[in-house]
Amino acid sequence: MFTQQELPACKPILTPPWVITAFVSVGIIFIPIGLASLFASEHVVEIIDRYDKDCVPSNYTNNALAYIQSTQTNKTCTRHLIIPERMKSPIYVYYQLENFYQNHRRYIKNRNDYQLRSRAYEFDVDDCDPEAKTERGPIVPCGLIAWSLFNDTYRFSLQNEVIQVSKQDIVWKSDQNHKFGSNVYPKNFQSSGLIGGARLNQSIPLSKQVDLIVWMRTAALPTFRKLYGKIEVELEANQNLTVLIQNNYNTYSFAGKKKLVLSTTSWIGGKNDFLGIAYLAVGGLCLFVAISFVLLYLLKPRPLEDPSYLSWNINPAGLSN
Amino acid sequence: MMKRYVYINDDELSEDLYCVNRISNRKYTVLNFLPKNLWEQFSRFMNQYFLLIACLQLWPLITPVNPASTWGPLILIFAVSATKEAWDDYNRYLSDKKANEKEVWVVKQGIKKHIQAQDIRVGDILWLRKNDEVPCDLVLIGTSDVQGLCYVETSALDGETDLKTRVIPSACMGIDSELLHKIKGVIECPNPDKDIRRFDANLRLFPPFIDNDLCPLTIKNTLLQSCYLRNTEWACGVAVYTGNETKLGMSRGIPETKLTAMDAMIDKLTGAIFIFQLVVVIVLGLAGNVWKDTEARKQWYVQYPNEGPWYEFLIIPLRFELLCSIMIPISIKVSLDFVKSLYAKFIDWDNEMVDVETGTPAHAANTAISEDLGQVEYILTDKTGTLTENRMIFKRCCVSGVFYGNENGDALKDVELLSAVASGSPDVIRFLKIMAICNTVIPIQSKSGSISYKAQSQDEEALVRAAAHLHMVLVNNNVNILEINFNGAIEHHEILDILEFTSDRKRMSVVVKDRGSGRIFLLSKGADEAILPHARAGQQTRSFAEAVEQYAQLGLRTLCFAWRGIEEEEYQEWSLIFKEANSTLVDREWRVAEACQRLEHDFEILGVAAIEDRLQDGVPETIETLRKAGINFWMLTGDKQNTAVQIALSCNFVSPEPKGQLLLINGKTEDEVCRSLERVLLTMRITESEPKDVAFVIDGWALEIALKHYRKAFTELAILSRTAICCRVTPSQKAQLVELLKSCEYRTLAIGDGGNDVRMIQQADIGVGISGREGLQAARAADYSIGKFRFLKRLILVHGRYSYNRTAFLSQYSFYKSLLICFIQIFFSFISGVSGTSLFNSVSLMAYNVVYTSIPVLVSVLDKDLSERTVMQHPQILFYCQAGRLLNPSTFAGWFGRSLFHDRGMGWMIGIEREFEGLYHLVLPSSTTSSCASIGGISSSDSFSALSSSLIYYSTNDSFIFFVDDFRM
Repeated sequence: MFTQQELPACKPILTPPWVITAFVSVGIIFIPIGLASLFASEHVVEIIDRYDKDCVPSNYTNNALAYIQSTQTNKTCTRHLIIPERMKSPIYVYYQLENFYQNHRRYIKNRNDYQLRSRAYEFDVDDCDPEAKTERGPIVPCGLIAWSLFNDTYRFSLQNEVIQVSKQDIVWKSDQNHKFGSNVYPKNFQSSGLIGGARLNQSIPLSKQVDLIVWMRTAALPTFRKLYGKIEVELEANQNLTVLIQNNYNTYSFAGKKKLVLSTTSWIGGKNDFLGIAYLAVGGLCLFVAISFVLLYLLKPRPLEDPSYLSWNINPAGLSN
Repeated sequence: MMKRYVYINDDELSEDLYCVNRISNRKYTVLNFLPKNLWEQFSRFMNQYFLLIACLQLWPLITPVNPASTWGPLILIFAVSATKEAWDDYNRYLSDKKANEKEVWVVKQGIKKHIQAQDIRVGDILWLRKNDEVPCDLVLIGTSDVQGLCYVETSALDGETDLKTRVIPSACMGIDSELLHKIKGVIECPNPDKDIRRFDANLRLFPPFIDNDLCPLTIKNTLLQSCYLRNTEWACGVAVYTGNETKLGMSRGIPETKLTAMDAMIDKLTGAIFIFQLVVVIVLGLAGNVWKDTEARKQWYVQYPNEGPWYEFLIIPLRFELLCSIMIPISIKVSLDFVKSLYAKFIDWDNEMVDVETGTPAHAANTAISEDLGQVEYILTDKTGTLTENRMIFKRCCVSGVFYGNENGDALKDVELLSAVASGSPDVIRFLKIMAICNTVIPIQSKSGSISYKAQSQDEEALVRAAAHLHMVLVNNNVNILEINFNGAIEHHEILDILEFTSDRKRMSVVVKDRGSGRIFLLSKGADEAILPHARAGQQTRSFAEAVEQYAQLGLRTLCFAWRGIEEEEYQEWSLIFKEANSTLVDREWRVAEACQRLEHDFEILGVAAIEDRLQDGVPETIETLRKAGINFWMLTGDKQNTAVQIALSCNFVSPEPKGQLLLINGKTEDEVCRSLERVLLTMRITESEPKDVAFVIDGWALEIALKHYRKAFTELAILSRTAICCRVTPSQKAQLVELLKSCEYRTLAIGDGGNDVRMIQQADIGVGISGREGLQAARAADYSIGKFRFLKRLILVHGRYSYNRTAFLSQYSFYKSLLICFIQIFFSFISGVSGTSLFNSVSLMAYNVVYTSIPVLVSVLDKDLSERTVMQHPQILFYCQAGRLLNPSTFAGWFGRSLFHDRGMGWMIGIEREFEGLYHLVLPSSTTSSCASIGGISSSDSFSALSSSLIYYSTNDSFIFFVDDFRM
């Protein structure tokens, strides 16, 4: 009969040997992976330098906000970084912001992807309030995200010799090719009212404005790093790297931190002990569980299919047989 | 009482007074379908909730995602339900249309015309031919039969497949068929009701058909809608009820929908989740407002306006309401409806529940309550036809103190009886005559000369057959004249009156006039307590009582036979009373019973007949297995105590003596019943701790008193007792007992096969009908119909248990996956400034709910945690389901905790964002490795969301795989 048929089925029963084997194999696979990741992570050299506080002149320490908002003050700040270990090229330069909510509901949607993609949608400024228009026409790129573009700059030099920071390949190819148009040029940007962050060169199309593209890929968490550029030379241990910072960006009003990060990479990416520790922890736990099961299995074995372990026998509520 | 006057064949008077015969079972019309259907769907709380959410989402200020992600599924769900409704209604429309447009012959202005059934009006005279369906309720006024008889099949009405006789009223007797066109008169009848067994009306014909007497009409004079005319060339009747006012139309109606214990629990848990959601919304809303006022104004890049609209404080809570709205899974209703209909299909398709003898498969008429089968605690079962085969065979008899059939167990083969018949022993002959005459059996003579019998009662058929075997053959039955062939000699008996059987009187009698001698006799048969007390003074009834006792011990059904000679004058006098009682409109049943009482006394008791009704195959095993599964059995039967107890013993209902104990509750007065009840209760309390099988036995009379005056004590008894035998109970008492157990919060299952079980079946949480020999009435009213009692085991242990397990998993999983995604949103909101940002985009959300998590889990309808064999061998496992161990607040709390734990697990993995750079390389697709590495340090909200989504897909589906017990290829 068509209506009733038996499907082949398998029904794994978790017997002790099976469970122990499964745990042991997970342990055996995970621990080497964890060790390798940890090893790789150990080889990554990372320098983190928090500069927002130290770059405020001493007379403004208690009034950092006035310092950063004033147009008169000198924003230049010099930092000296000692290279702890030899850093192979490429060295990635990041800026790290903390307590900065790029994921805020008002902020994260405050952009217009059509306008960014094509000149034809220049007047499409939906969702961009309050940075949508000026008297002279629509703002390109519109919205709070673009308006608040990060504008600190870093210049590196080693013993007075300037080190170039390359901006090649710091953005996603898909962003550059599909999301930011090559015929869209900034217009009316930061031209009136409140000035947010960086200005844009009006003669360069958005697809070439790599800093903007990086910034526009909003961070999911309030602490985030964004790629500033790459240093294509090697740095030796104990070298003194001088950084000339233009400290323009206001994080003082909300007690946000600004950090400069230099890092090399390995096959697992940047410095990341977490992955290795996670693998080691899970693998170790599995081995531990496997060993305890083995001990339990040997010391206190229990026959399979013993119905007296079933709960209705333990608690025969209202049942006489 | 309101009455209706139907003027026969009067085109002016009947016009417009009553509705035309247009049948309409439709719920909707084309115009009102949309509003009415929507209104109905929105009367459910869940739907109102979803609509509110969907409407809120249209407000762009607060919506976290594209409104389509809620509107899409919502509209889909509504469309599915509406389409189903529309399709059902369209089918009803088609069948109505077919019935309405059927051509019928009607007399209009004195001429026979062909018109459509929907144009029939009250008072019209209709002509039906053989095998026609009756289009509305008619009062019969003429048939092709000289005696004014016709036969109808009423199976569509009451499920009984035998032919029933209908006769024309006495006033119409003898009217020439040509004159029927011109007949005029008035029928006085009650307003339409749904009682298909009663029609208390009067007929008065106008001149020239002079018959000034009021002629009483009963249900015997009617042809009801949807019956079929059989074995009669033509019949002619007056329409009295039409359209939706017919007896069938009135009794139609949507029965109360049954809600399973599980549905109730799911509703409760939904309510709990809703409250939890409100709490979350309020807490996050407050936190959001506080954060906005303290922190957000400092975050200059957000540019919070200083002045907002007056409703500003509401915006953030409403955003969270929308974010958390998915906590209550929109898909749960659809998924559950879908799997429930699959469970029902599994029952329909089960080859092991097909009755091989008749080829009847099991059928689930109610597709919504399969889970309840796994949670049954009490089974209330009928005896005859349910536990037994209802195939009656005459086995023994006792005539005037002589027992026949005791030696070989079959009276028909007992030489003594055969010789007594041959020698013409007067008592035996009279005994046989009652067997052959005192009944309502219709003999149907086929062309070849063989006679078959159509009977409403299996007992009567068995008696007539047995009589025929003993050479007393009922040959013909033409209303008044019975023809009997005894040893080749034809005898004619004129039936003067039939005193019908009712469950209150428990006996039936016929008044016959022997054509040969001209003497009048009253012949009666009935239950012992309805016959023996009315014996004539001086006759010893003890030997008969002993015979009854002895037969009942053997589990046989007994009938006592009695007769009395009646003088002509006495009959004439009584006949008037009887006729008057029969024509009353008020309390007719009671008046008739009183009139019968006047004749049924001073009986000459003749003997006792014993009829065997065999147990069905596998009944004892089934009962034993189900009792092991912790299910309590109650037997409710109309039979007498001894028979019931015997059957109970033979089918493992109660264990025999040392282990089992039967406690009787009896008594005729309140005091006796009270004392008896208390005694039994005391014994019960004492023996409760002992591993003893204690059952109480109660009869209908004592039950009536106990339910009325000692309900509390009886309820306690019902709770204490695992087994009960209730004998001599009426259909309404059966329903009352179900009600009683239901009021103690027990899940009840009622199983029966006959019309007298219908009320009990409809009352119980689950009604099971046996499509047996007493017709399909019970099977039609039931939620499940099975061919044999033994299939109950499989229905409960396999189908019920699996359904329960599967639904328990599916419903909780639905909540789990919704909660999981909600928790992620909630925790993300803490790191996004409590502003109500959605971590997931609309497409991911929709895909998650509809594709990734809803469709794969539907596979769980095939899941079997234990094999069918294991469950059947260890029925105790059902205790898990009965106690609701798989779906209750604590298991639900487990799933709640699981979703929280899984959320934190994922949060741990992705939340430590700064540590996380490495993992991006493993997960994110990117153009080149170098650029991939370069972006290693950058996490963007999009990829974060994508990563979370993929993790959550893995996580939910892993949990699903983890909880599925067997894997099918």
